[in-house]
Amino acid sequence: MAEAKPDQMDYYQQEDLLKPDYHPPKTGWMDTPVDFRPGSWIYPGKPKHLEYLGLPNPREWAVTDEDWKLPENWKEILLDGIQERLDKYRTFKIFMDVCVRCGACADKCHFFIGGGDPKNMPVLRAELLRSIYRKEYTLAGKLLGKMVGARELTIDVVKEWFYYFYQCTECRRCSVFCPYGIDTAEITMMGRELLGLLGIYVNWSIEPVANCFRTGNHLGIQPHGLKDTLEFFAEDIEEATGVKVKIPINKKGAEVLFVTPSGDFLADPGTYTCMGYMTLFNEIGLDYTWSTYASEGGNFGLFTSADVIKSLNAKIYAEAKRLGVKWILGGECGHMWRVLNQYMDTMNGPADFLEVPKSPITGTVFESAKSTKMVHISEFTADLIKHGKLKLDPSRNDHIRVTYHDSCNPARAMGLLEEPRYILNSVCNNFFEMPENTIREQTFCCGGGAGLGTDENMEMRLRGGLPRGNAVRYVQKKYEVNQLACVCAIDRATLITVCDYWAPGVTVTGITELVVNAMVLEGENDRSINLRLEPVGEQKEGSDDA
Amino acid sequence: MHDAGKVIIGLAIFVLLITFPIWFTLASGKAGHRPELELPKNETQCVESKEYMKAWHMDLLNDWRDAAVRDGKRMYVAEDGKKYVMSLSLTCLKCHTNKAKFCDECHNYVGVVPYCWDCHVDPKGD
Amino acid sequence: MNAVLSLVAVLALVGLAVLGVEAGGLYSLFGVIVPYIAIVLFLGGLIFRVLGWAKSPVPFRIPTTCGQQKSLPWIKSSKYDNPHTGFGVLVRMALEILFFRSLFRNTKTQIAEGDKVTYGPTKWLWMGAIAFHYSFLVIFIRHLRFFTEPIPFFVDLLQTVDGFMQVGVPVFYMTSLIFFGALGYLLLRRLAIPQVRYISLVNDYFPLFLLLGIATTGILLRHFVKTDVVGIKELTLGLLSFQPAITEGIHWLFYVHLFLVCTLLAYFPFSKLMHLIGVFMSPTRNLANNSRMVRHINPWNAPVKVHTYEEYEDDFRDKMVAAGLPVDKQPEPKPAQAEKE
Repeated sequence: MAEAKPDQMDYYQQEDLLKPDYHPPKTGWMDTPVDFRPGSWIYPGKPKHLEYLGLPNPREWAVTDEDWKLPENWKEILLDGIQERLDKYRTFKIFMDVCVRCGACADKCHFFIGGGDPKNMPVLRAELLRSIYRKEYTLAGKLLGKMVGARELTIDVVKEWFYYFYQCTECRRCSVFCPYGIDTAEITMMGRELLGLLGIYVNWSIEPVANCFRTGNHLGIQPHGLKDTLEFFAEDIEEATGVKVKIPINKKGAEVLFVTPSGDFLADPGTYTCMGYMTLFNEIGLDYTWSTYASEGGNFGLFTSADVIKSLNAKIYAEAKRLGVKWILGGECGHMWRVLNQYMDTMNGPADFLEVPKSPITGTVFESAKSTKMVHISEFTADLIKHGKLKLDPSRNDHIRVTYHDSCNPARAMGLLEEPRYILNSVCNNFFEMPENTIREQTFCCGGGAGLGTDENMEMRLRGGLPRGNAVRYVQKKYEVNQLACVCAIDRATLITVCDYWAPGVTVTGITELVVNAMVLEGENDRSINLRLEPVGEQKEGSDDA
Repeated sequence: MHDAGKVIIGLAIFVLLITFPIWFTLASGKAGHRPELELPKNETQCVESKEYMKAWHMDLLNDWRDAAVRDGKRMYVAEDGKKYVMSLSLTCLKCHTNKAKFCDECHNYVGVVPYCWDCHVDPKGD
Repeated sequence: MNAVLSLVAVLALVGLAVLGVEAGGLYSLFGVIVPYIAIVLFLGGLIFRVLGWAKSPVPFRIPTTCGQQKSLPWIKSSKYDNPHTGFGVLVRMALEILFFRSLFRNTKTQIAEGDKVTYGPTKWLWMGAIAFHYSFLVIFIRHLRFFTEPIPFFVDLLQTVDGFMQVGVPVFYMTSLIFFGALGYLLLRRLAIPQVRYISLVNDYFPLFLLLGIATTGILLRHFVKTDVVGIKELTLGLLSFQPAITEGIHWLFYVHLFLVCTLLAYFPFSKLMHLIGVFMSPTRNLANNSRMVRHINPWNAPVKVHTYEEYEDDFRDKMVAAGLPVDKQPEPKPAQAEKE
């Protein structure tokens, strides 16, 4: 058998990862160089993507190169960039100024918990940037230097920024505990924007961005490809349920535009969630449409820069307007909902050409989305269930013992906590919560969000995934949990690895997949297999209502 | 969003609070107020020096209280050798006959509420 | 190292004041000029810094939500941890500012039994912070007896409550002890916890030693090196009515106390102590989570390059038509067109 490589999880021993060294190194943090070991960083953005997007300094380079081929005036670019952002963001200014270094955030970060690297303490991650700010903007920093936490901006600082701003998943857990609400996601976003000015991006983010700009989705699925994919899903749905679902695409005059992360088109188990949406909408007779132009709910711009967020997000409203829909429904995705909840209306609104969302099935008016006009699928489904509009047989999910992972952004940038739980309790008989410090607003990241979920970053993903994986392991042992539900496409991709490593035997699912597996459909078959086309464990005999 | 209005109102409240002593005292018109002590007419020498008494009289009285009440000792020998009976009523108040015009002047000025008068009776007060 | 440097800096300040007053006789400098400079720097610096913050907009509505959102009417929303109204924000801010709500959540993460990550509650830092800030506030208000004439009732009341143990003459205030103890705890934890020591700068130790210096000289002045407090009040009233005059005979230690306080005031606006104001202005706490209900305006919302639908259809029209997808513009009926990727 071939030796495992740093981008494979077998390369890492659990006993090692369970013993992070929490003792800071002997050398001060300014004097401790970055250890660019394979498995802990991400490949740089390929020049063709930067060129396509018109981003600066496209070139071939490697993280391990001595020379990162930065523009000659890189320092000036960065300092101008810092000034520009200080002028644009009050958050940046205040977060640079008010931290008292109390350390409450330190052991709240999954990367610090799993890795022990002091620069993964949120406070120190911010100090990486703050130290330059002090040198440039404070008198004490100019005069006293290191002892007041100020330092010169050098190439090594830039490399350190790259390493640590791409070891933050912008999950905002630290921000919950900070007495001043300092949000490391905001710091990381600033740091990444600054790096971007020099053409320093990671390919795992910038390729999806380029794809999304051109094809409308991160994966680069072209319109005909999307149609094929959905038709293929429809065939599987028919096989599983006996129901033939309609596939409305780019349909003008539909009532609702549906947008979901494109991960759901490509990789299991997201695909099953996507099949869930299709079956659900078909069953309730929703007049909706997919769009090939706005075929991405997620937004890797959030991991790149504010301008890119806006550029990619603009397609959703533009398409809603072109198709003449009344309102927009959004699928299960984490960071997508941060963008939709906190950025979309500000950036690309006002959506005055749309109507306040109203469920055509229940008549519920979604007042909480009256300006943005975009509703979360969990809000929509919970409302359907509450009004008894879905015929549910939760015993169809009896072979599943499920726990629920709150995705970072819906939890801490929105507060979508009860809707998914209500749905789960309605469609499953065996739902178990993980320990309270690991769920809801204190939920732990999967370790691969914000553009870090790639295999070359395996060590950090496993380390960052430790707190979540450990909590899953806990309920697996205690309640024999065998499935982890979530409302995030990145989770559905990265938590598979986390569970395989830290809690083997637990599989990952989206909520809507479970909903549809419990739904009694009009004209359904015997439902002996689920959307995964796997035989259903404890299918009850004679429970048909057809 | 700048919320300039909120920031300025907030700042104004802060400045108002911080400068409270200035406008409060100026408004009361008592900024120039100084304690005016009615000094004994027929005595010029206290038990100890004026400077010592100013800073330490509370300790002296406290020691007197302890000595007299707890140890039954009544005689105090001052720095200059003079002897005094350790008694607030018999010694201090003999000269400083008016509490309001002597004790209270300074005590009120610096906000001190001594507990002498929890037990002792102010001869001229109520 | 940073701790030692900070201690040395504070001791140097003490030395400076002692020398200035005792050897140099610079009473007007330390009793009048420095206090005036300090208060001007404090107020001017603070306003300057706050306006500097306020000059930058809050482009996005980014509250950190710590509870259930307001969505469907039958789901109970968390009104204060995830406020969607102005009143909710007010309560959230009050809880944050008055009770340090976020710090109260603090947990201590450990890996127990080799493979269990645990998150125990820990309230020490919260308790230390509360004890420090509230005793500081009480001490600050107590000192108003030297700055106001007549003395407002609440100052007297506070002194009575604070000194109700009636220990010592003059009575020892509980807050003096709590303040000292809390400062000591905050300093010790900074030195003792490896991670916290690792991140601690002169910026962190200096204010702690400075406050310890202020507390020490203050306690000494009240209980051990008693001086003419009436004279001190005459000095302060002179200062704040802009008719400064030096009172003779005040102990030099008072000038040390005053000089350290002036240093704190002058240092305040240019340091992390600005968290006093920053906590009010933090956009992750002081905004309602209602961005789907009310549009938040970004003043610099600049246009960006967007790949429009027309451009998109131009890129993929033939494929869309071939797949039977609707298009806005029919392809030109010319055969053998060069295919775009």
